[in-house]
Amino acid sequence: MNEVYIARSMQIASRMLDGEMIIMSAVDSTLFNLNAVGTIIWQAADGITPLSEIVARRICIKFDVSQEVAYRDALEFVKDLESHGILSVFERPFVCDPPEAVES
Amino acid sequence: MSLAIPQAAPSLRLRPQPQPLVIEVGSVPIQLRSSDPRFRKLIEKRYAGFLNPSAIPACRFEIHLTSNARLIDQDLTVFKRGSVWRLERGDFLAELDLRCREGWIRQTANPYSIDSVLRITHSLLLATEGGFLLHASSAMRNGRAFLFAGVSGAGKTTMARLAPPDATLLTDEISYVRRAGSGYQAHGTPFAGELARPGANLSAPLDTLFLLEKAPANSVHPVAQRLAASAFLRHVLFFAEDAELVSRVFESALEFVSRVNIARLAFQPDARVWELIR
Repeated sequence: MNEVYIARSMQIASRMLDGEMIIMSAVDSTLFNLNAVGTIIWQAADGITPLSEIVARRICIKFDVSQEVAYRDALEFVKDLESHGILSVFERPFVCDPPEAVES
Repeated sequence: MSLAIPQAAPSLRLRPQPQPLVIEVGSVPIQLRSSDPRFRKLIEKRYAGFLNPSAIPACRFEIHLTSNARLIDQDLTVFKRGSVWRLERGDFLAELDLRCREGWIRQTANPYSIDSVLRITHSLLLATEGGFLLHASSAMRNGRAFLFAGVSGAGKTTMARLAPPDATLLTDEISYVRRAGSGYQAHGTPFAGELARPGANLSAPLDTLFLLEKAPANSVHPVAQRLAASAFLRHVLFFAEDAELVSRVFESALEFVSRVNIARLAFQPDARVWELIR
């Protein structure tokens, strides 16, 4: 299984309300409501934690679901968010490049 | 014999510039200038209750009428280049420079294009100060304002139509909400929907936003904050493709939800529903 890494887009506005995440795309104002599981994945999307680890450590210990099923659903979920441009999916850990030095 | 060739004397009388029209909605005056007397008449008639010639405009538009209709089915796009907002749709093209608050509109002589430009301009101006245009009807009763939002067919117009005599209709289509102290003020608008009747040019402190839902009986139910926020955001009219402003609207919407009473109004379409709205 190839690992995937996920990172939240910078072009969004989001807020946790009543334990669930509301996200608005700052590009086209589309609104997304994440359920409890989606919210866990969203919050863990730091670009460096593999999705399989997020599923194993944060979802499977909290919900009665096999790792295989949970991972398949999670992968589908993150690809869906990626298609809307609010989450990025990578094959390697994603670390932001440091800003280039400004010549004076 | 005179050798002079008779010529029409050039008129030394200057034609007076037509007075601009100032349309004030939500205490935000927008000046429109058009040299076409028939179009001016049309604007004067359409916004009759909202004209305020003595108001100092928040921004000014010069209207250029054209007979060339562009592609009518072109969707609306609103974006910013530098300090200039550009509004484009099949039936109009407009720009507004926020530095000098001046702009122009190119459109055919119809009331719908100018109506859209005004709505969009108000939505942009309100977005910077925590206010909104909402897809909702609204009315004033006992000195308080009530908003009725819902998807198409949920009953916005029905609620407006059923309003009792002691309620004043602010709009049957587009509600106008501005921050006022720790709360919000709802203003009447000339932006009419199915009733084809402009709202009253009045305002009142906002009491409750009702999310409409047709039901066999009338009842009011509390709404969880998350659901209220999602519903509210779906009813906000905001058209601009601008990340910074979208984020501001999002934050303002959550602020609104935390401060305003939002309830679900299940109702059957008869006048008794207004017994719940006081």
